[in-house]
Amino acid sequence: MAAVPVACTQDRAPAPPTLAESRVRAAWLFLAPLVVLMVLVAGWPLCRTLWFSLTDADLKDLGAARFVGLDNYTGEFGVLRDPDWWRAVGNTLLFAGVSVAIETLLGLVVALVLDADFPGRSVVRAAVLVPWAIPTVVSAKMWAWMLNDQFGVINHVLMTTHLISQPLAWVADPSLALGSVIAVDVWKATPFMALLILAALQMLPTDCYEAARVDGIHPVTVFVRVTLPLIRPALMVAVIFRALDALRVFDLVYVLTSNSRDTMSMSIYARQQLVDFQQVGLGSAAATVLFGTVALCTALAITLGRVRLEGAAG
Amino acid sequence: MRRVLPRLGLYGLASLIVLYSVFPFYYAIVSSLKTGQQLFDPGLIPPQIQFDNYAAVLGQGVFLLDLFNSVVVAVVVVAVSLGVGVTAAYALGRVRFRGRKLLLLSVLGVSMFPQVAVLSGLFELIRALGLYNSLPGLMLAYLIFTLPFTVWVLTTFMRELPKELEEAAIMDGATPWVIVRRVFLPLLWPALVTTGLLAFIGAWNEFLYALTFTLSPEQRTVPVAIALLSGASQHELPWGPIMAASVVVTVPVVALVLVFQRRIVSGLTAGAVKG
Amino acid sequence: MAEIRLRNVNKRFGGVQVINDVSLDIADGEFCVFVGPSGCGKSTLLRMVAGLEEITTGELDIGGKRVTRLPPSARGVAMVFQSYALYPHMTVYDNMAFGLQLARTGKPDIDARVRRAADILALGPLLQRLPKELSGGQRQRVAIGRAIVRSPGVFLFDEPLSNLDAALRVQTRIEIAKLHASLRASMIYVTHDQVEAMTLADRIVLLNAGEAMRRDGSIAQVGRPLDLYHRPANLFVAGFIGSPGMNVLPATLAGATPERAELVLRDGTRASARVDATTLPADATVTLGIRPEHVGLAPADGTSALAGRASHVEQLGEASYLYLETPARDGFLTVRQGGDTGVAPGDAVAVTLPEAHCHVFGPDGRAVPRHLTAGPTGRPGSAGVH
Ligand SMILES: Nc1ncnc2c1ncn2[C@@H]1O[C@H](COP(=O)(O)OP(=O)(O)O)[C@@H](O)[C@H]1O
Ligand SMILES: [Mg+2]
Repeated sequence: MAAVPVACTQDRAPAPPTLAESRVRAAWLFLAPLVVLMVLVAGWPLCRTLWFSLTDADLKDLGAARFVGLDNYTGEFGVLRDPDWWRAVGNTLLFAGVSVAIETLLGLVVALVLDADFPGRSVVRAAVLVPWAIPTVVSAKMWAWMLNDQFGVINHVLMTTHLISQPLAWVADPSLALGSVIAVDVWKATPFMALLILAALQMLPTDCYEAARVDGIHPVTVFVRVTLPLIRPALMVAVIFRALDALRVFDLVYVLTSNSRDTMSMSIYARQQLVDFQQVGLGSAAATVLFGTVALCTALAITLGRVRLEGAAG
Repeated sequence: MRRVLPRLGLYGLASLIVLYSVFPFYYAIVSSLKTGQQLFDPGLIPPQIQFDNYAAVLGQGVFLLDLFNSVVVAVVVVAVSLGVGVTAAYALGRVRFRGRKLLLLSVLGVSMFPQVAVLSGLFELIRALGLYNSLPGLMLAYLIFTLPFTVWVLTTFMRELPKELEEAAIMDGATPWVIVRRVFLPLLWPALVTTGLLAFIGAWNEFLYALTFTLSPEQRTVPVAIALLSGASQHELPWGPIMAASVVVTVPVVALVLVFQRRIVSGLTAGAVKG
Repeated sequence: MAEIRLRNVNKRFGGVQVINDVSLDIADGEFCVFVGPSGCGKSTLLRMVAGLEEITTGELDIGGKRVTRLPPSARGVAMVFQSYALYPHMTVYDNMAFGLQLARTGKPDIDARVRRAADILALGPLLQRLPKELSGGQRQRVAIGRAIVRSPGVFLFDEPLSNLDAALRVQTRIEIAKLHASLRASMIYVTHDQVEAMTLADRIVLLNAGEAMRRDGSIAQVGRPLDLYHRPANLFVAGFIGSPGMNVLPATLAGATPERAELVLRDGTRASARVDATTLPADATVTLGIRPEHVGLAPADGTSALAGRASHVEQLGEASYLYLETPARDGFLTVRQGGDTGVAPGDAVAVTLPEAHCHVFGPDGRAVPRHLTAGPTGRPGSAGVH
């Protein structure tokens, strides 16, 4: 052990940190509050939720929770055996799929209009931001009022134009309710989509357009062949962002149609079990399944959407 | 004719977009100015402008209190997020160290979290800290979405600052803390305003936690207050006051957004397209 | 005293070697220029001296102190960046005072130093302006001022003139030279422009790139500007220093004495050079090099003249350049002549290759020792490569 001769073994104080070392040290110091807070408000509660999902915890006395294995998932009364849960899953997927599809199409149209050069464009852009700025709860209430079966302006307009013969119960009628929820979400979320697509459009190089214009190619062809492939990465990111958002939908459905089964989303189901029925175990299990779904989609999003993590600087 | 037609189409489409975007809000304003029986007549222009609904909503002191709660919660949450976010963004955006990528991924992951996934754990935590049914409880809960968002957006802004500027400061003997405070912070004001505004809107609009972690009307935020606003009878919702409250809550946000249009758009896209 | 001493300095980014084994001594007060093609690692080497880039292996001393692992602020160096990197939100005054404030210098002292630097650089009236209110040249001066106020032992410049227009570049170049004369501090100056290198340097360090860097180390040659001009160590140095570049002609060694080498060019023309090529084998394939300004126009009946045809002619007024097609090489042979030569494109031209001005490079590209009688060259072998 001691046989190795060491060239220079005067007991010196440890060498002062190099620039890189002191920067890394500072970086961790700078990150400490973030890490502590994230562990406190996200990491720890998430772990507790996972744990609760394996217990029979009750909201009134969380301390008395007993371990019950996977009962909350696959047991007789487990989430995965509850038709209501599967209904919520179906609603959520339908809602997410349809609303994001429509938002993408509409967003593309709005973005193309905003990308065109015409006087008054700034007014349109400002107008488009309005639905985005309105709190979800408020927009749900506004639309609930417009969709009101007796006094709503929408029924009124449709009646006076004879498109319908009697008022429709937009949010109460089981066959219409989810459609109404989607309609409101489309109204609220299309601006976000449009702005992201617009940003992508405005980053495109103009020279390939000029080349295409000179060549006399039809604008629609240019759009499909040139524009769409170029903005595809940005479009993918926007779609993924929106889809993840849609999968966890809560406020809109809750305010518009309350706890109705016809529109119940996974988030609403989980909260209902948790808070209204006080069954923390079951609610946590539902929340965990939702979390798993979203986590999976996020992982896909990060790989497919080519989200850049390493910057040039640093 | 060939060239006029597309132009007309464009204007038609643009008008349609404006109408579609703005009409619901306009209609809410109109409705909030109607009272009594007028409310049930779906006219687009109020026969006379009356502020009874506003008086009704604001007259109940509790709505004003809720409004104040919303402001306090949002301001505190934004301040904390920016404070923690700036230094974290410097570390994540400008220092190379092992684990950076993992941290960035976690931050991104948490920002995409379904909020309900931590509901029971957070409920337990908030109750254990004695913060149930109080504003600090809400502030703590809101950090779960404002913090990752703030860090993510600020990191993209941080990366865009020139490398040589930081190196000049290093040559001048600046420590990382001095670089952040005296060199970068003054240059990041626009980014901070943008990010803060977006985080503010997020906190202002939050509903799930506010609904779950508060109990008494005095501790609510306005989204909950509006959602739970009920009239004299169970079945008849007081649409007039609800619309008035909605307008009160929305006008400041819409005004802010319109004033800071460009900033908002750049912030939204910094988080997504470039992120 | 701030002499700089690099010992076997290497830099790798990841696994990629960027700087290979640099050992170099820069004397106190010396103006040393790092020059080389783009991407050869000049900035990296400078940044290692500054402390902004870690030294992968090797040691660095400044002013007799081992600073290899010290942060930049502890090295007594100041740097002027290519983009100036002024703090955009601070006035000129604050830009210069910032480093002093951080070093907790007293207010009166800061004020005195800033005002002195402002005097030197004629920045007095601009002290309260923001960088965005300054012209490019003024910003450049503020960047230099920011370095001056700290009275560093070593100034580091990374291509400080490349963002200026041509006229301003010359003017600022002269100002930097004057500054060096008055401050008597050591300066290291990075540029890819050999004119800047020739005009400013006490000593030039020419860096190898790519394969040559990996094979021979990063340093191609170190020496006074005219050393590199008159005694390029190899073909790379010969081609890099001087504009337009040295003409190179493939040749065969026909005979060598210690005094003189006899060569045969590709087309059979005979030439001689005052070099000692006795170490090379007979019939070795060599390269003859001659600068455009040393090629002579031969009288029509000239012996030992190289025949060619003018392809085109550039008239600069004070000089003209002839581009000759000749069987002795591919491409053009460039000839610089004072004034107007009267040669027109298409004319047949014969040129002489004066033996005193011919360089010979061996098969490996290394120069064969020249005999220089008189002239402005330095002591041979004063180059400080170790
Ligand atoms: N931070 C870095 N990471 C990886 N490679 C780098 C880095 N900085 C420079 N290089 C590489 O090192 C080489 C030398 O760069 P540089 O010193 O900037 O060259 P020069 O200043 O001579 O043009 C280049 O090939 C460059 O790509
Ligand atoms: Mg460089």
